[in-house]
Amino acid sequence: MSVPNDRRYLKSHEWHKLEGDICTIGITQFAADELTDITYVSLPSVGKELKAGKPFGEVESVKATSDLIAGVSGVVTEVNSKLNDAPELVNSDPMAAGWMIKVKVSDAAALEGLLAADQYEAQLSGH
Amino acid sequence: MLKTPLNEIHRRLGARLVEFGGWEMPVMYRGINDEHVYTRSSATIFDVSHMGRLKFTGADAERLLDRVCTRNIAKLAVGRSAYSHVCNDRGGILDDVIVSRAKDYLYMVCNAGNREKIVAHLKKNAEGMTVKIDDTTTASAMFAIQGPAVIPMFKSQAEKLPIKIGDMGRYGFVTGSYMGMGYSVFRSGYTGEDGLEIVLPAMAGVLVWDFLTKESDDDRVTIKPAGLGARDTLRMEAGMPLYGHELNEDVDPISAGCKWCVDLSKDFIGAAALRKVDADGPVRKITGLVLEGRRIARQGAKILSGDREVGEVTSGTLSPTLGKSIAMGFVESALAAPETKLAVDISGTAVPALVVPLPFYKKPQ
Repeated sequence: MSVPNDRRYLKSHEWHKLEGDICTIGITQFAADELTDITYVSLPSVGKELKAGKPFGEVESVKATSDLIAGVSGVVTEVNSKLNDAPELVNSDPMAAGWMIKVKVSDAAALEGLLAADQYEAQLSGH
Repeated sequence: MLKTPLNEIHRRLGARLVEFGGWEMPVMYRGINDEHVYTRSSATIFDVSHMGRLKFTGADAERLLDRVCTRNIAKLAVGRSAYSHVCNDRGGILDDVIVSRAKDYLYMVCNAGNREKIVAHLKKNAEGMTVKIDDTTTASAMFAIQGPAVIPMFKSQAEKLPIKIGDMGRYGFVTGSYMGMGYSVFRSGYTGEDGLEIVLPAMAGVLVWDFLTKESDDDRVTIKPAGLGARDTLRMEAGMPLYGHELNEDVDPISAGCKWCVDLSKDFIGAAALRKVDADGPVRKITGLVLEGRRIARQGAKILSGDREVGEVTSGTLSPTLGKSIAMGFVESALAAPETKLAVDISGTAVPALVVPLPFYKKPQ
């Protein structure tokens, strides 16, 4: 499974990729495979303020609905509108085309507190 | 956790295994949607060995089943199966079952999670009767083979297949033997498609599964495995109830839309309570809903009429065949007529929903 080390992770399987002060958030390949057949992604609107550790949306699959958790605080600057009509993008390409939101982070250093790729992978193998 | 005789095969195929009704079962192999679509277009095989399989012999076998079943078992002919409910004194549903009659025994398939409860209920009611109840569940394997290609294949390729179905019709059942191994085959299922359900000795399960799922080397379609995930979305499209969702001990068969399997002219456990529900009319009725958008209504979601709560969702999914969000639930009878405009509360949002007749999907004739 690909767990690239260009980003940081949450135990709850969201990835966070920082470029400048903009952090892109999505869910990992592992989470997408676990959920299977994603049918709907509920995302916040642009301008919404997010708090680290709090839900920012929901992802629905045939079997279950799960919260999406933000690992950083900040303001939503962009949402992936393609997911409205094609939520299956999260299944086919969760680490790139299936990204969910971009957030202007209030404290870029906070990202250091999230799991590094090897730590996230270690957690998966213990799963 | 109990394991079916096919457990090793599921692992070999890379199935995702989950606990269901006390058994380790495959929820999917390739993907729920994929397995669903293949069932509607071709043929899939499901391991349903977790279902309870009970055999009844003795002079009072029929009397016992007529006492506990809502269906009239005395009228069930040899070689036929019938769907029935088993109720408590209040008319609440203890289980939904299929009863079949062979020449010298009666047979019942019940839900995995209800097997122990049903065996205890049957034994209690058999006191003083001449009847032997054998729970043959763990000694046997059971497959469901479902899809439009199934019956044509078993008819045209009869000489090549280990299981013979003869010329039985829907809800028929025959017994046969292959290399000394006895089997029963039923023309029934839980997907809304035509198909078969096969019971055979546990030891023969792997052999027959492998034979039936071989890649086809002629013009026969390949039967592909499907898991409980697809079984659930298929039965929902077909408007079929699932115990623990549409059916439970506080729901009666009439409210659940299953009056057709209740013979109120005979005496059985729960009959008095059901006659009263029938006379008064059910307070809430099982109802089909099509929701706007792609969000799925889950079990327990509130059904609304304006601001008023008028019911509760029991099952919902995004229908792979219709491409729409569908749900079943209990709704106040006055608001359960098709074309009624309601809403379902999904995470605090009232999503508009239209009442539609069940089933959502009917196989093309």
